[in-house]
Amino acid sequence: MKIKESMGRRTFLVVNALLLGILGFVCLAPMLHVLACSISDPATLARVRGFHLWPIAPYSFEGYKAVLSYQSIATGYLNTIFYVVAGVALNLILTTIAAYVLSRTRFMPRNVIMLFIAFTMLFNGGLIPNYLLIVKLGLINSRLAILLPGAFSAFNLVIMRTSFKEIPEALEESARLDGANDLQILWHIILPVSKATLAVITLFVAVALWNSWFTASIYLSDRDKWPLQLFLREILINNSQRSLNTGVKASAMAQQTLVKYCIIVVATVPILFIYPFLQKYFVKGIMIGSIKG
Amino acid sequence: MKRKQLIANYRSNKLLYWMILPVILFVILFNYVPMFGLTMAFQDYSLVKGIFGSKWVGFENFADFFSSMYFVRTFRNTIVLSLLDLLFSFPAPIFLALMLNEVKSLRYKKLVQTVSYMPHFISMIVVAGLIIEFTNSSGVIAQLATAMGGTAKSYISLPQYFRPIFITSEVWQHIGFNSIIYLAALSGISEELYEAAKIDGAGRFRQLLNVTLPGIMPTIIIMFILRCGAIMNLNFEKVLLLYSPSTYETADIITTYVYRIGIIKQKIGYSTAVGLFNSVVSFLLVIGANKLSKTYTETSMF
Repeated sequence: MKIKESMGRRTFLVVNALLLGILGFVCLAPMLHVLACSISDPATLARVRGFHLWPIAPYSFEGYKAVLSYQSIATGYLNTIFYVVAGVALNLILTTIAAYVLSRTRFMPRNVIMLFIAFTMLFNGGLIPNYLLIVKLGLINSRLAILLPGAFSAFNLVIMRTSFKEIPEALEESARLDGANDLQILWHIILPVSKATLAVITLFVAVALWNSWFTASIYLSDRDKWPLQLFLREILINNSQRSLNTGVKASAMAQQTLVKYCIIVVATVPILFIYPFLQKYFVKGIMIGSIKG
Repeated sequence: MKRKQLIANYRSNKLLYWMILPVILFVILFNYVPMFGLTMAFQDYSLVKGIFGSKWVGFENFADFFSSMYFVRTFRNTIVLSLLDLLFSFPAPIFLALMLNEVKSLRYKKLVQTVSYMPHFISMIVVAGLIIEFTNSSGVIAQLATAMGGTAKSYISLPQYFRPIFITSEVWQHIGFNSIIYLAALSGISEELYEAAKIDGAGRFRQLLNVTLPGIMPTIIIMFILRCGAIMNLNFEKVLLLYSPSTYETADIITTYVYRIGIIKQKIGYSTAVGLFNSVVSFLLVIGANKLSKTYTETSMF
């Protein structure tokens, strides 16, 4: 009886591990396919469509060389980096200040103001009124149209405020007795002990901005200001070769198929490199966010 | 009295008040001004005349929407797509978490977790691009179909395949990431409960039914209620990238319709009304879900 059960148990464990392995593979496979295609032989790749987990010989790095020469990819990359850095900075400044003030028990109107801000999580004007606001502010075709509307989120405030509340007030009291003002307390006392929360918010905001394309697609007509994702959309979704033709003289069809994959890799790799290192912080952020949010 | 207290509070905490002021102004400008802009739903809005000069038309925009063919189509598609998504995307991460919880090797568990989070971080554009590549007439799905004796089709441009494609990719994108919260709940179940169950002679399956599931049930209920409140908030960007006039019949949802009619065709008053309809239904669902949560789990969002 005892042996039989452990046999069943062992079978279960093996099947379970196997199924998880398959699931992991399915999650990984599309990116492996992209990676394999990006260094395949361009002529064969254009001919033999379908799924490739291994690059087609002779391996070629022509695609990556070509990507480096495209002006629009460089422009998109630089713009995206700008939007991510500026957007994360704006978000962190507004969120930490708001979270600090709204987590002080000596700040009397904290609950009223928190309610005022939290209401925006339940109800918002929606697409068209937000669009018209940007139009009326004269921000169409301005980089500010990408940065400002998303510079502050009530959701992140809830996460940050919860984490600030957990910091013992005694820490703050002693600093106040030494004559520190609120900005100094926030900077020297609160922020240094909240690094994990800052990391979570930075990651969430940075990933969202890196991958964001919709706001840019409705607000920016000037290609010089486009983030990388908009160029990607042109190439992958609209199937337009416009951004691929600006860099080099009429590239061959085969070359363009190859280049598509290289651009996906170039645009995706930065994020895929960062998230495994910040994984341990997710749990904290998600727990606070979904329960209290 | 209250006012005096507030003034006294301001006097002793001036800096706090000045620090929060810009945030409040920011929220007013970027959140409350657009809410005020919803009044355009009741106007024959003209960009030149603005909100204060445009003609008021009462509920005419709403009446136009409800009597058009678009109302039935977009409302039906929103609800059907969302409920299908709920049916498949909701339980999937729970199963994944339960399976991961049984893995003895911590390294293997961590590896599967890390890999399964990956799709969540890939941009919507890339995901949509890959979906289109895999489901077009020369893609891998068509090749599989041909190998099994079928005919290759361009699945992404056929209305009957839109929903399966959308749902499958939603599960793929979020199964790993959404399992995090259940894994956290699972790790919170006390080892003693399992020991006690073992002493009572409960096998593995009984332990799952009597210890594990009750242990994560509060989390499941909360997540389920939150998800119900979000029924109107489908992944609008993904639909926008994947649909085309040939699949509107099953793919066009309220928010994509608002986008086409408002941003592309610039019918501002009408599209605001359609958007407002979506927001109001969504708001009522959130309130209702919260009420349910309060009644059954003693947990609520507000």
